[in-house]
Amino acid sequence: MELEILTFGQISDIIGKSTFKISYINNTQDLIENLTNEFPELKNTRYIVAVNKHIVHQNIQLNPGDVVALLPPFSGG
Amino acid sequence: MPNLLYNRYQKQIKLDGFGIEAQEKLSNAKLLVIGAGGLGCASLPYLAAAGVGHLGIVDFDKVELSNLHRQVLYTHEDISQYKAELVAQKLVKQNIEITVKPYILKIDNSNALDIISGYDLVIDGSDNFYTRYIVNDACVILKKPLVYGSVMKYEGQVGVFNIAESGNIYTTNYRDLFPKPPFESEFYSCDDLGVLGVLPGVIGAMQATEAIKIITHIGMPLCNKILTYQALHNSFFEFVVNKNKALVEFPHSKEQFINYDYHEFCGEVAEVNEITLKELYHSIENNNTLIIDVREADELPIITDFAAIHIPLSQLSESENIFSSYQKIVLICNSGTRSKKGVSILHNRFPKLNIYSLKNGLNSLY
Repeated sequence: MELEILTFGQISDIIGKSTFKISYINNTQDLIENLTNEFPELKNTRYIVAVNKHIVHQNIQLNPGDVVALLPPFSGG
Repeated sequence: MPNLLYNRYQKQIKLDGFGIEAQEKLSNAKLLVIGAGGLGCASLPYLAAAGVGHLGIVDFDKVELSNLHRQVLYTHEDISQYKAELVAQKLVKQNIEITVKPYILKIDNSNALDIISGYDLVIDGSDNFYTRYIVNDACVILKKPLVYGSVMKYEGQVGVFNIAESGNIYTTNYRDLFPKPPFESEFYSCDDLGVLGVLPGVIGAMQATEAIKIITHIGMPLCNKILTYQALHNSFFEFVVNKNKALVEFPHSKEQFINYDYHEFCGEVAEVNEITLKELYHSIENNNTLIIDVREADELPIITDFAAIHIPLSQLSESENIFSSYQKIVLICNSGTRSKKGVSILHNRFPKLNIYSLKNGLNSLY
């Protein structure tokens, strides 16, 4: 009963790794809250959430084994 | 097709699924590249070589020494010359069959619709959110396909907007992916955080590939998708972009677009007092001046030319008022972007302070 988390850009820098597993959490909003409690810097960082590769902009239900990715915008060229 | 042209392009014409028909589509195509930086330097030579008939290049900037590690079209002799003009001169020598039009200007919502409407397809190789949202919104309004790309540190993103994937009818755009730009304190550019020189080469070449696929109708472009590339782990990850139904703030018409405040949307500070390096030295000699380095800890270069205290931008809003006894306060960072944000943060907290941002940052010094 786990979720796989993938991070990108400065989110990887904040969390300190780009892929890890955590115990199952029911929905994306609670997941983000949990991560933000553990890594308060996330509060000041804008990023989007994708569940199983699909970008979601609202809170959605998660299933065990889901892959949740956190992708920040960046603008370098 | 005349023999000479056939000879030039024979290796791609003979490809299965390509042929003379695809080559003619390329010759007739009008493609605009926003930005002649790292991404543009990678996409443009391949687009010219492939025979894209009409290229436009928008860039207001001049070549700087710190560009050369990734902007591989430029030489040392090109420093201080306009990028768009240099690239245009190089590309017409590379392929005498094409036309290249340089636009030495900053694209904004007063000129974007006019410029973009003359092209079939746009590649975004810009280096800031302000330009990215303007180019995106103009492409949505004009219904032009947009090949997006961006890089930071060891990572890049590429994607295709405003084209429906085969079998689908909906299209997505940059705002469906990132409805809002980052918070002010996170506004970093390649100048601030660094970028591996070859990375815009990889992402820019992918943008050129997507553009050629779109023009010639071969393969499956990254429609409604974003592909990320992490150079350190060689990992690719594909995201599916869905229509963001919660999206409300969006200029839908040409009129709304022209009147939309992109500076405010991007949290940019419209009016900040800036001083040049020369003025800074003058101020150090003649006024009681406090210099604050607003970069994060351990950022390079280390300042050795004058005394500065260190308060990272992320902590400016909570710092104690140690400023009041100074006649002048000058904020500095690497590019002059974060220091401008810092000025606005301090100005809001202490309106009476005499605060400046060092124009172009430490890049103007080292």
